[in-house]
Amino acid sequence: MEKQLKVSAIKDGTVLDHIPSDQLFKVIDILGLQKSSNQITFGFNLDSKLLGKKAIIKIADTYFEADDINRIALIAPQTKINIIHDFEVVEKRVLSVPSTIKGIVKCMNPMCITNHQAVETLFSTILDSPDIKLHCHFCEKITDRDNLKIISNS
Amino acid sequence: MPKHLISIHDFTCDDILKTLEMAKGFENNPYQPFLKGKIVASIFFEPSTRTRLSFETAANRLGARIIGFSDVDSTSISKGESLKDTIKMVSNYSDLIIMRHPLEGSARYASEVSSVPVINAGDGANQHPTQTLLDLYSILKTQGKLDGLRINMVGDLKYGRTVHSLMQAMSFFNPSFVFTSPEELKMPKEYKDYLIAKGIPFTETKNLNEGLNDADIIYMTRVQKERFTDPIEYERVKNIYSLNLSMISNCKPNMKILHPLPRINEISQDVDNSSHAYYFEQAENGVYTRMAIISKLLEIDNLTK
Repeated sequence: MEKQLKVSAIKDGTVLDHIPSDQLFKVIDILGLQKSSNQITFGFNLDSKLLGKKAIIKIADTYFEADDINRIALIAPQTKINIIHDFEVVEKRVLSVPSTIKGIVKCMNPMCITNHQAVETLFSTILDSPDIKLHCHFCEKITDRDNLKIISNS
Repeated sequence: MPKHLISIHDFTCDDILKTLEMAKGFENNPYQPFLKGKIVASIFFEPSTRTRLSFETAANRLGARIIGFSDVDSTSISKGESLKDTIKMVSNYSDLIIMRHPLEGSARYASEVSSVPVINAGDGANQHPTQTLLDLYSILKTQGKLDGLRINMVGDLKYGRTVHSLMQAMSFFNPSFVFTSPEELKMPKEYKDYLIAKGIPFTETKNLNEGLNDADIIYMTRVQKERFTDPIEYERVKNIYSLNLSMISNCKPNMKILHPLPRINEISQDVDNSSHAYYFEQAENGVYTRMAIISKLLEIDNLTK
């Protein structure tokens, strides 16, 4: 069978591959892609040997700082990052979970100050493999992956 | 010594011991007006008469003047002022802030906004570190040591912040624990994991009669009605976890009963006159401990012992 790209190639930019399909829109949100003016193409529910269903995002003429891109490790840690120059992959990156998370995630404790006043959330990450847990800097409660809610960037 | 006291984790073992030693100095000589000319702000966003009076007595004994409020109804907060703005304003007026607030994490946030030291006098169900320090002071005073004691914690071990903080602070001193509680209010797994990781022995029981005779400290807490979904269950539990004089007839002579107060019926009135009852003295110790904490945070060290 002839191999064909489901999402067309980009000349320069960043490709995020192997995103679990159900996390695609959260990834878009965390990276604030809805505000980007560059050309972005994405595929959703593509067949993947690894994940069953995967998603892919190709963002033209955009490169991310490690701190920014690592934020998606919270929800899609297996995502592979490919840096593209002139249609060639010039660098492959893997995500690493940042030791602190500022903003992005909502504290799951309804009585936490961050859920009542204009206080930006701040967590330290606890690697309790294979899971990631977040320890709130303010109320000292744990937010686990099942209760992880992303504060919308839009 | 950290600048603020927000969580018991802010104090090292050494900070704790130095604070307790200073508290002893204040107990021996309670009138040491080192804070003459200083202003202490006591801001209580929810009422807590006991804690507020204890803090204000401590500040008064140190010779400080006190400004503040004891509930939010008469303040700009009822007009919607943010915590940040209130703290910015109060820290311009005062040398130290004592704050109680119903939201968890509010004290940590206040300490990051304030230009003067902040003492957390309770942030919701999260932390109440001065209670922990006064509990430690009471234990040290009655037992002559903190090391190697057997502590039985009774009642609401699930939501009770005082037992969680005390358990963690005591873990510096090779204790062993008994946790006595109904099934619904057992010590949460995260705290038991903490003890296991530190190699500290503990047992759990539902039977209040079990862990009394070999305990050095029995730490009673209030079982609160609002923790139960089933009111019949509450009525049953409330009467089971009630300590009376006949139950402690075979306990160790040095055993003391502590309770953060207010008590409802966890300790029967007939225990009050026993030599084991210590909860009222415990409250008095709070004043000396808070004098020490305020002095430490304002970096006053040269006190009479």
